[in-house]
Amino acid sequence: MDEGHSDAHPETHTETGTAGHGEGGLPQLNPDYFAGQLFWLAIAFLFLYFVLSRVALPRIATVIEERRDRIADDLDKAKELQAQAEAAEKAYIKAVNDARAEGRALADQSRQQVKDETDRQRASAEAELDQRLAAAEKQIAAMKDAALSNVEGIAAEAAAGIVERLTGTSVPADEATRAVQAARS
Amino acid sequence: MRFEMLASGIDPMHQFKIETLVPLHVGTLDLSFTNSSLWMAIAVIGASLFLTLAMGGRRMVPSRMQSLAELSYEFIAGMVRSTIGTEGMQYFPFVFTLFIFVLFCNVLGMIPGSFTVTSHIIVTFALAMMVFIGVLLIGFARHGIGFLGLFVPAGVPVFLLPLIVVIEIISFLSRPISLSVRLFANMLAGHTMLKVFGGFVVMLFGAGGALSVVGIAPLLAITAVTALEFLIAFLQAYVFAVLTCIYLNDAIHLHGDHH
Repeated sequence: MDEGHSDAHPETHTETGTAGHGEGGLPQLNPDYFAGQLFWLAIAFLFLYFVLSRVALPRIATVIEERRDRIADDLDKAKELQAQAEAAEKAYIKAVNDARAEGRALADQSRQQVKDETDRQRASAEAELDQRLAAAEKQIAAMKDAALSNVEGIAAEAAAGIVERLTGTSVPADEATRAVQAARS
Repeated sequence: MRFEMLASGIDPMHQFKIETLVPLHVGTLDLSFTNSSLWMAIAVIGASLFLTLAMGGRRMVPSRMQSLAELSYEFIAGMVRSTIGTEGMQYFPFVFTLFIFVLFCNVLGMIPGSFTVTSHIIVTFALAMMVFIGVLLIGFARHGIGFLGLFVPAGVPVFLLPLIVVIEIISFLSRPISLSVRLFANMLAGHTMLKVFGGFVVMLFGAGGALSVVGIAPLLAITAVTALEFLIAFLQAYVFAVLTCIYLNDAIHLHGDHH
């Protein structure tokens, strides 16, 4: 992956022999550089470990935790709001039902009132009519009695007159009346 | 002649060569700052900057970089939690550092002209030994001598036990070797292959005529292999982290019975 290296390394082609030393063989097997690599690896790894474990990872952890808390909070809040909405809905339904019941009661009441009123009026009208009827009947009876008593008087007079004409004897009026009454009954 | 010069110019092993940048000798030890050290430093500083700066905003709705950092966090945290359990989370920073270090070294190695730190067996072996020794320390600290029970699987017939224990010990001891060689060999093979194909392309196009037409074949191959290498760069970092988690789980719950 690197360019350069055009200056010839004649040893490159002698692959065998000096494995681990100089140019031949795998550079990985050259122990000359082991100590240096281990030394710098230790420094690099420890540096990374301290940066990550002291700074980076706690920071990421807090952010993730905060987000988790926030989401949980929001969910709680949403649940609460939903409960509130449900309560409001329940209250609304109750109010509607109450109003409906109240309306029904009011309607019943007014219907009853009207009915009572009409009943009352009819009753009073009937009573008046009865009264008038009774008065009329009484009047009729009185007129009838009066008429009848007149008839009795006339009949007694007529009877007394007839008797006088036939027998020549005058009949006292009250006797004639008595006789008429006896004849009528 | 020209052909040979080109061939020597594209020695596929040259990319793995350590070159001293700043000489540093301590006693007989050569601790020079080399191209390997340089790319370790780039990987480590790059990873640190990425993971700290990406979280700079601490946004509730993350930016792209922030969600990438969070994604890698959740990815490794999930891995540790599912293989070791919640008590494994104390080793999470270590596993995460290991994963990010290997990932950055692998991916940075894909830059043409760069140096692949993880293509050197000494580096991968050191990382694997760190895991191995860590597992030993944690295992003995937690279970004392009982940690040796790791080599005695439950439910094995008694007459098979000596054989099984020997096999278990050998497999345990070979862990750092397989762990380091897997990563090293993948990087070595992949980068060598890229270089060899790349050499073919240069040679064939350089030869001119009909051969330049043939040169299209390795060009297509190198394109595909490059894509594959990016996948492997991630995959090997992942495998290294997963195996580390599995080995740590052995140290914490002797027979992987954390459920």
